[in-house]
Amino acid sequence: MAEIRASFFIECEELLEALQDGLQAIDDGVADADAETVNMVFRSVHSIKGGAGAFGLDTLVAFAHKFETALDEVRAGRLKPDARVLKLFFHGSDILGDLVRECRDGLEHADETYAPLLAELERLVPPTETDAGAQAEIDFQPAPLSLDLGFGTADLGAQDDEGAGFGPDDFAPAVDGGDVDGPVARGAETAPDDDAVTAAPVYRVRFKPQSVLYAHGSEPLFLFRALRDLGPTEVRCREDDLPGLDTLDCEHSHIGWDLTLHSAEPEKVIRDVFDFVEGLCALEIEAPDAGAVDLIAGPIAGPIADLGLIDLADLASLSDGSDPPDLADISAAPETSAALLAGPSGDAETAPAPARSLTPDSGPAAKPEPASAAVTSPPDTPAKPVRTAPATPRATVRVDLERIDRLVNLVGEIVINQAMLAQSVKAEGLPPNSPVRTGLEEFLQLTRDIQESVMMIRAQPVKSLFQRMSRIVREASADIGKEVRLKIEGEQTEVDKTVIERLADPLTHMIRNAVDHGLETADAREAAGKPRQGNVTLTAMHRSGRTVIEVGDDGAGIDRTKVLNKAIVNGLVPPDTQLTDAEIDSLLFAPGLSTATAVSNLSGRGVGMDVVRSAIQALGGRISITSERGHGSTFSISLPLTLAVLDGMVVQVAGETLVVPLSTILETLALTDGDIRALGPDTHVVNIRDQFVPFFDLGAELGYRDPLASYSAGVVLLIGQEDGPAAAVAVDVIEDQRQVVIKGLQDSYGRVPGIAAATILGDGQIALILDPIDLVSMASGQTRHRGSPAPMSIQPDQAKGVQA
Amino acid sequence: MTYASKPADKAKDGSLRELLSFRVGGQDYCLDIMSVREIRGGTRATPLPHAPRFMRGVINLRGTVLPIMDLATRLDLDTEIERDRSVTIVVADNERTVGLMVDAVSDILAVPEGDLQPPPDMKADNERSFISALMIVENRMIRVLDLNAVLPPPNEDAA
Amino acid sequence: MALQILAVDDSRTMRDVVRLTLTGAGFGAHLAEDGVHGLEVLDQIDPPDAIITDINMPRMDGFGFINAVREQAEYRAIPILVLTTESAAEMKDRARTAGATGWIVKPFDPDKLVKALRMVAG
Repeated sequence: MAEIRASFFIECEELLEALQDGLQAIDDGVADADAETVNMVFRSVHSIKGGAGAFGLDTLVAFAHKFETALDEVRAGRLKPDARVLKLFFHGSDILGDLVRECRDGLEHADETYAPLLAELERLVPPTETDAGAQAEIDFQPAPLSLDLGFGTADLGAQDDEGAGFGPDDFAPAVDGGDVDGPVARGAETAPDDDAVTAAPVYRVRFKPQSVLYAHGSEPLFLFRALRDLGPTEVRCREDDLPGLDTLDCEHSHIGWDLTLHSAEPEKVIRDVFDFVEGLCALEIEAPDAGAVDLIAGPIAGPIADLGLIDLADLASLSDGSDPPDLADISAAPETSAALLAGPSGDAETAPAPARSLTPDSGPAAKPEPASAAVTSPPDTPAKPVRTAPATPRATVRVDLERIDRLVNLVGEIVINQAMLAQSVKAEGLPPNSPVRTGLEEFLQLTRDIQESVMMIRAQPVKSLFQRMSRIVREASADIGKEVRLKIEGEQTEVDKTVIERLADPLTHMIRNAVDHGLETADAREAAGKPRQGNVTLTAMHRSGRTVIEVGDDGAGIDRTKVLNKAIVNGLVPPDTQLTDAEIDSLLFAPGLSTATAVSNLSGRGVGMDVVRSAIQALGGRISITSERGHGSTFSISLPLTLAVLDGMVVQVAGETLVVPLSTILETLALTDGDIRALGPDTHVVNIRDQFVPFFDLGAELGYRDPLASYSAGVVLLIGQEDGPAAAVAVDVIEDQRQVVIKGLQDSYGRVPGIAAATILGDGQIALILDPIDLVSMASGQTRHRGSPAPMSIQPDQAKGVQA
Repeated sequence: MTYASKPADKAKDGSLRELLSFRVGGQDYCLDIMSVREIRGGTRATPLPHAPRFMRGVINLRGTVLPIMDLATRLDLDTEIERDRSVTIVVADNERTVGLMVDAVSDILAVPEGDLQPPPDMKADNERSFISALMIVENRMIRVLDLNAVLPPPNEDAA
Repeated sequence: MALQILAVDDSRTMRDVVRLTLTGAGFGAHLAEDGVHGLEVLDQIDPPDAIITDINMPRMDGFGFINAVREQAEYRAIPILVLTTESAAEMKDRARTAGATGWIVKPFDPDKLVKALRMVAG
């Protein structure tokens, strides 16, 4: 059960997501309160309520119920989902999510969190009946099925030789063969069983189903068994009404039964056995104190008589060769028997109906008639069973994350192993087209395929993360009193699960910053000729082998003067420094820089962009900012697609083997020494298509050797970002292009400037993986103080130190 | 390499510490055995650019990256010893694992806690900060290495 | 041979709970996630001894499902229980109207589910 409970909370997250989606669609006017969307919204809350009930999560049930009730008003067309209502619903979905998570984590619910909204939701619903207070609505205890029978697992069939002698198999669906024994004995008395406890009070039950009872799938046999479970029962079939074979209509119900039940149970329990068939039969239950001995002859004492039920004597007279009793006659009884039954069993239901006027429907065309059952199904569902191919949701399997990580690790090892094998084979000197080598090539390809697939297992759409940001925007804008709209794009972009989790905090900070500082107040915006509503955009996409996530706003942009001043005041840069716009923007990532004059509740103190940047870097990503005064700012986060694999160019420099990430190699250059010009005493540049690009010797930069006299023997790579600074880097030899498994340095060692991570080559040697961006920033003369663009550092998830 | 255990002296408090003794930079040191993960022969390390002098680089330890520290350099000792015959002691604390390059490993000693003495306070000597205790074994002074002081703090810019 | 029950509910949690209850009581459980799926499953399996269905489901809700089931000659009178969170009083009318045999109110006591099943399916 614990597993199901855990799975329930997972399901809740999915339902909450669907709920948000639906509300968003309605809000966007896309669906325009389309019936199915509203239904879906309703069902999401309804399902959460249902599951919560199964686990006894009362507060959650109560809240969900109120929410559902309000949603039902929309579903029924009685409440229009205008902006105010939608805002309530959005808030409701936020609170619902909170309650769910509190339940999941075993935390206490604080009244203040949900009570106000609860009240507001209530106000949306017009009171129709007098509530018995909130208690009544919460009371979902299954009252009707109070069958307190000692239902053992005893083989009911065994008890059948009590002389069942009944078997209306003409009318009922096939029952377990062994239970129907013997032909119907006309008017036969069944001998009481030896077990008949005469000490127990005796109930006399007269039961005659209407035909419609069978049409509803009920089977008297099972009802009688249920009675028998209450105590020894004798059954006598009454076929008085059975017409001759020539006039017999098999579809009609003609047979009734008299039962004598010896049981100490209260009458209510006896009645409850017939709960499902109440109204579909003639039922009389004579309580033990009635004292009647002979069913046929004696008067029927007690309340039954007063209701004018058809006396058995009348029934008997009807069967004398006359026409089969008109159903109408018999049906008169059920009404009253219904009333009869409704009496006591009605009391059993202390819970009045929930405080919404129920019109049984799930769509706008609400007609409380039997026909509504068909009408209420979604308009596109034909009455006939649908035989078309199902639009099943993608089949999923839930897997322990630990197992996936183990798998990822193993696959990484396979790749390394395979590389080493390839090396050894090559060293054996086998010709390239030998079966062994071609076999290995195929092996390599397969391995890469496996690796790619395994890495994608952990990938998930960023949608859930972005939806959380929706809520952040709602809360932040409410807190600060600005009107903000969040636009989301690319929410289906897939990102590694861990990355999604670890992006939550940084993204939250950035969004709050955007709302709090980036966007102007509505008045200021209006004065600037902008719409009063501020816009924050959140986009995700795959680009150039990376995942790019952007947070943008159309606010005032960075006030560079202010930032620079603040930086000087805080001692981050010396006074009178000249910085480019980009450099000033980068100062935002410096710790201790807060330009907010009033510390708002949201951003707090000291939660700066430096924290955000560290978090992004720890994921192996980069963050940068672009901003235009008066128009807004955009933060751009670039993350590796998968955490543990990289396409790289293996090069040699100064006797060391290094890997340059392929995506950072813009081109290979053919240079002569003449092309390399000195810029300053220690710096050089190269002219590439009329642009001057810094040049450096990788070996020297990394401290392996002193700069060479000549570079014409080596190779020069142009490396850099797609739209950023580049540099020409000299290496000695290009070996080949390979996909390498990334091993982190962070955990085992720490940060190394210019180096992103390490990998293990085929010969078992470690090769360092270059961080070209970092290198470029070093080469272009910027020292590595705060403010330089964030270097890339790749951090595979599984490299957590050494397994000893 | 032998790992003969010394006979244990039962000190008053009865507790014994197991220490791995080794030679580095011409001197005798030892390490709490609890920190030692394994002992390997020397391997050529891939150098890390701009790393401190005492960091030799990284090696591949069964598929993971192991930083190697030249202990003699770290302790500022005589580093004339031949590198090729060096031994790597792989040590770990809670947070990280590092390989210490030493000259040779000798014994595992079981030493009563009481035999360990705190080092005297000598301001001139840098080396003191890397030693947590001293002891005398067969007339030789053996220094107990303070691993925490030796290892670089985790996750710092190594430059 | 154990009684075979088809349970239809769009909530995965509910399906799990029902399945657990059914198998624990010695029934065979077949599951579907909405009315359309339920009809498909009905086509595929041997006729079950009873059906349990939720009401609020996408694509085809409980009532539509019951109707569709009852239209098939083979299942004209198959016992069908509806699972509902509404109180019994209202549910009686609606369930009855739709052709259901009986009803079970959520949250349900597993015993009650089993008893209700035995009441209508043996």
